[in-house]
Amino acid sequence: MGGPNANWNRSRDEKLGEKSLSKLEPSGVPLKEDDIEKQKVLTVTYHPNTKYAWATGVAVGEFLKGLKAGVITGSKCDECGRIVVPPRLFCEWCFRRTENWVKLPDTGSVNTFSVSYITADTTRVKEPLIPAVIEIDGTSGAGFLHFIGGVKPDQLKIGMRVKASWVDASKRQGSITDIKHFAPSER
Amino acid sequence: MFVKKRVAVVGAGITKFMRRAQETGKELVFEAVRQALDSSNMRIEDIESVALGSAPDAFDGVHMKGEYLLDGAGAWRKPYSRNFVGGGTGVFSPIHGWFHVASGLFDTCMVVAEEKMSTCLPHPQTAFLTIFDNMIERPLGPNLIWIFALEMQRYMQTHKIPKEQIAQVAVKNKRNALDHPSAQIAKKVTLQDVLDSEVLAWPVQRLDISPVSDGACAIILASEDVARKITDSPVWIDGVGWNLDTTYWTNRDLYFPRYVANAANMAYRMAGISNPRKQVDFAEPYDPFDYKELHHMEGLRLCRKGEAPKLTAEGVTERDGNMPICPSGGLLGVGNPIAAAGLMKVCELFWQLRGEAGKRQIPGDPRTAVAQAWGDLMQIGTVVVMRN
Repeated sequence: MGGPNANWNRSRDEKLGEKSLSKLEPSGVPLKEDDIEKQKVLTVTYHPNTKYAWATGVAVGEFLKGLKAGVITGSKCDECGRIVVPPRLFCEWCFRRTENWVKLPDTGSVNTFSVSYITADTTRVKEPLIPAVIEIDGTSGAGFLHFIGGVKPDQLKIGMRVKASWVDASKRQGSITDIKHFAPSER
Repeated sequence: MFVKKRVAVVGAGITKFMRRAQETGKELVFEAVRQALDSSNMRIEDIESVALGSAPDAFDGVHMKGEYLLDGAGAWRKPYSRNFVGGGTGVFSPIHGWFHVASGLFDTCMVVAEEKMSTCLPHPQTAFLTIFDNMIERPLGPNLIWIFALEMQRYMQTHKIPKEQIAQVAVKNKRNALDHPSAQIAKKVTLQDVLDSEVLAWPVQRLDISPVSDGACAIILASEDVARKITDSPVWIDGVGWNLDTTYWTNRDLYFPRYVANAANMAYRMAGISNPRKQVDFAEPYDPFDYKELHHMEGLRLCRKGEAPKLTAEGVTERDGNMPICPSGGLLGVGNPIAAAGLMKVCELFWQLRGEAGKRQIPGDPRTAVAQAWGDLMQIGTVVVMRN
């Protein structure tokens, strides 16, 4: 095909107009942070004000209901036998419905961790946060993101045994934060 | 597999990569597209379709970002669409354009990638919060750097890799970028500088990370017969591959990027490559963090699992080494305007394979190269194989 104005029948000489990057200067005008703060350049500011009410969904709804009751809930696929957490309504491997909720223990091991001196908006903190993937016992090597607490950073190890530390039953809201953190435990 | 038309890259353009550009995204895109046209002596009328890649709308606070960028992308009254697969977007964009030409639907396609991250205040990191699961991850206040720290830790632990071996990637790429005219944070730094830099989320430190950037890139694709009319030295896209793993990232072992390996295997099969270590002359794997270059070298099968740090220590990945990696200077040196950074790697393959990389030129007349990007929740690999 070819656009209405396309013209490919150039002479060989015309091809020689090619220029390589080594001859071309990349464009762009870099600004400094200061230029904006001191209003040396014009900017327009906007603060979005939007609100969302997300449906928890069937499977995560079940998970959050469990957390309120102090239980970690997973799901089992009857086809491949895999037990996973967070639970889902369907197995993405076998692509079939898995409405088979499984009560899991609140213990597991540290799959991986970080010692973080920054929060979500990169604010610096003195006391580090310790985000980790906690592999939950009784699953097929599945886990979720949470924090480790009650441990000094230099004592952390991958494979370390941990147990959920729960918020008081009366204060739980059906949220991932109903677990305060996971703390080291002896098996 | 059946490909109707072999696809060539015939032109490329790039802006400076900057922490804050005065230009809007639309203006940046125009500069890159104009340069790609000028570099190949083409007119906008010669472009039949336009494929644009750009990452989250949340950086800009502009929905319909594809449409917003349209005029600058040279897409006025043309078949045009935008793709987005997180950090993988920059190398998916040429694949998106490749569909247009390989299918025989169009003879030319302008591929454009843009990112303007500086708009989001106080820091675009805040916009990244919205990629996490809104029910069970966002209430914990996660940071994108956390999940990379978690992946890096798992990778280091599995292969017993010391931090020093990872930090050497940052030293190499920042130095390579000194020769790139678009570079934002090219610098001579020592291994000790990296190891002494601020700890953000251990094992990730300040100098392990690429910067926040504004910038744009463009390449022009053409079918074989048309490409030969445009230039005497087309560079061919001989393999494309992409693959996504589950969004349940906490259910996977993060030590190895299987989805990158799957994407690479798809592209290698198409390009007739059975032994990438021997048949690929150099590579531009995605390096937003220093460990990612190593992780991706292994995913791309350019070495065995856990072997990339050793090869780097031996100098194999230097520009004059046996397998140059990120000769451009990568995201760690040139900068990381997300989608544009991925396409910058494809531009580098184009210039290197044409012998037009100037001071960055790899010795020994390289013939075959691979570029790769990665992103979303550590779950996508996008790969192209190019030859001269």
